Order: sequence, then structure tokens, then C-alpha cells
Amino acid sequence: MDIPYIVDERPDTGLTNVKLGIWLFLASEVMLFGALFSSYVLLRLMAPDWPVGADVLNVPMGTFNTAVLIGSSVTMVFAYASLQMDNLAGFKKFMGATIGLSLLFMVVKGFEYNHEFEIGNFPWTSTYLAIYFTMTGLHALHIVGGVVVNAYFLGPGSKLWETNKTQFTNRIEAAGLYWHFVDLVWIFLFPVLYLL
Amino acid sequence: MSEHVQHHIAVYKKVAAALAVLTTLTVGVSYLDVTVPLAVTIALIIAATKGSLVVSFFMHLIEEKKPVPLSRRGIGLIIGSLLVTALFFLVIIFIPIFGHADKVGTYFTLPNANAPTVETPAAH
Repeated sequence: MDIPYIVDERPDTGLTNVKLGIWLFLASEVMLFGALFSSYVLLRLMAPDWPVGADVLNVPMGTFNTAVLIGSSVTMVFAYASLQMDNLAGFKKFMGATIGLSLLFMVVKGFEYNHEFEIGNFPWTSTYLAIYFTMTGLHALHIVGGVVVNAYFLGPGSKLWETNKTQFTNRIEAAGLYWHFVDLVWIFLFPVLYLL
Repeated sequence: MSEHVQHHIAVYKKVAAALAVLTTLTVGVSYLDVTVPLAVTIALIIAATKGSLVVSFFMHLIEEKKPVPLSRRGIGLIIGSLLVTALFFLVIIFIPIFGHADKVGTYFTLPNANAPTVETPAAH
């Protein structure tokens, strides 16, 4: 059975089910990360002392990763805009760049984690490191999920373009909304964990 | 359609430039010697500005404000759901702050095995 209203707008909501569905999912994600940000506030307020993020973490690496992730968000909107202009080759170029930047983010994050482990900083070392690894770890899992979905749409998933352009474009819009959300979370994680 | 998309692309480029400037700014400001509450305020204002740019333009939220067809009124399901989410988000964020500000009764500190030992009155 096909999912209804994935191409045409549903008359009573004025939206496709794709768009309403992804926004409701993102709303639930706001609460997931919201609970962790709330935990951060609680732990920090109650802690007898708390390190400045810049003393523990590598700010230039974090800044670089912020730029990489924002860059991947930019290439993602260009991938979507390419489809709207009936340009599948342009879509593939920008989607490839998005995936490339996502993997670069993970590589840099890997180096950061590795450095922390080498100097004996583990999630159980301090409360600050516990919340740092929990939040960035959950965020990294979201990156991995996004890469898998985006790689599918770049590869086998793009066959849908030949049979139903609107449906494929709607799928990329939903994938893009998720990707921008992952970028949005990092925009808050970076100052909270690295700079304050 | 194409003209509409071209307009979008011009906006995307401006937003990307603004995000780059704000990222540089937030790192630069963190080197200033200011008090912690002020630093937190500045960092959160910049992060909120960047976040609203992403949500408004990359996620096209400013274009989602269309009423539900049947009633022809209101702000639409997406913005409506997000407003409810924002309300609960504020509640979840402020719960620990209210708890911390509450000085009525006995004051508790979270047990933290890794924290330096806080002086406690000797038993007996």
C-alpha cells in the first residue's frame, strides 16, 4: 500500500504528509536534545567547579568543524534547488559535496575524540567530559544517520527521479530539513561546549 | 518556478556569508575577558541568530506560514506544532534553573564522585 499524500498536498492540512511528518519528527528531536541541554544546565549549575571548554578542547578544530557542517548545509540547499531547476547532475554534485563534508566532519571529530582518549580524558573522567561525550556522541550518530540516508538518495534512491520527479524532490526536501536540523544542533553545541 | 528558485539561491548565498561571519564573531568574542554571565549571553545571542537564519531560510520556515485550508485562518500546522514544542523546550530548560534558584528549605548539591571534596561538618 502506498503512503497517501506524498506528492499532492493533503486537503485538510494543506501540506504533504512528507513535510508534516518530518517537521513533527524534528519537533521530537528538539525535545531529545532539549533534555540533554537541560541536563547540561543542571550539571553545570550544581557542579562545584567547571572547566572552560577552551582549556580542555581544541577550539580551532571545533571552529573548523562548525564551518564544515554549515558548508554541508549550504551544499544541501543547493542540491535541493538543483532538483527544483530540473538539474539531476547538479543535484548529484552538491549531494556528493554534502556527504563529503559530513565525512570530513566525522574525521575531524574522530581526531578530537582520539586526542582526548590519548591524554586520558574519558566520559567517566569528569562531569564536563561526560556531558561533552554524550552530546557530541549523540550528534555524531545523527550525522551518521544523515550520511546513510543522503548516500542512498545519491545512489540507488535517485532512480525515483526517472519515474516521479516531484516525489523525489519532496524526499530531498525532507532529508534536507533533517540535515539542517543536525547543523542547527551543532550551532548550539559548539559555543556551549567549546567556548563557555 | 525557475525565477522563484533563483531568488532562493541568492538568499542562500547571503545566509551562508552571514553564518560564516557569525561563526568567526562567536569565536572572537570568546577571547574577550568578560564575566561568565555576559559571555554566556553573547554566545547564546549569536547562536540563536545563526539558528534562526538556518531555520528561516535553509528550512524555509518563513514560507510555511500558511493557514490550514479548511479554516482559512491560523498559522498552519508546522509553525503551530513548533510553537508548542518551543513552549515545552523552555519548560525543560528552565526546570533546573528554577530548582537552582529555589533557596527555600534544605539546599542540596548533586553527589558527584569526581568533584573535589566539599567540606562537610564532621559527623558527631
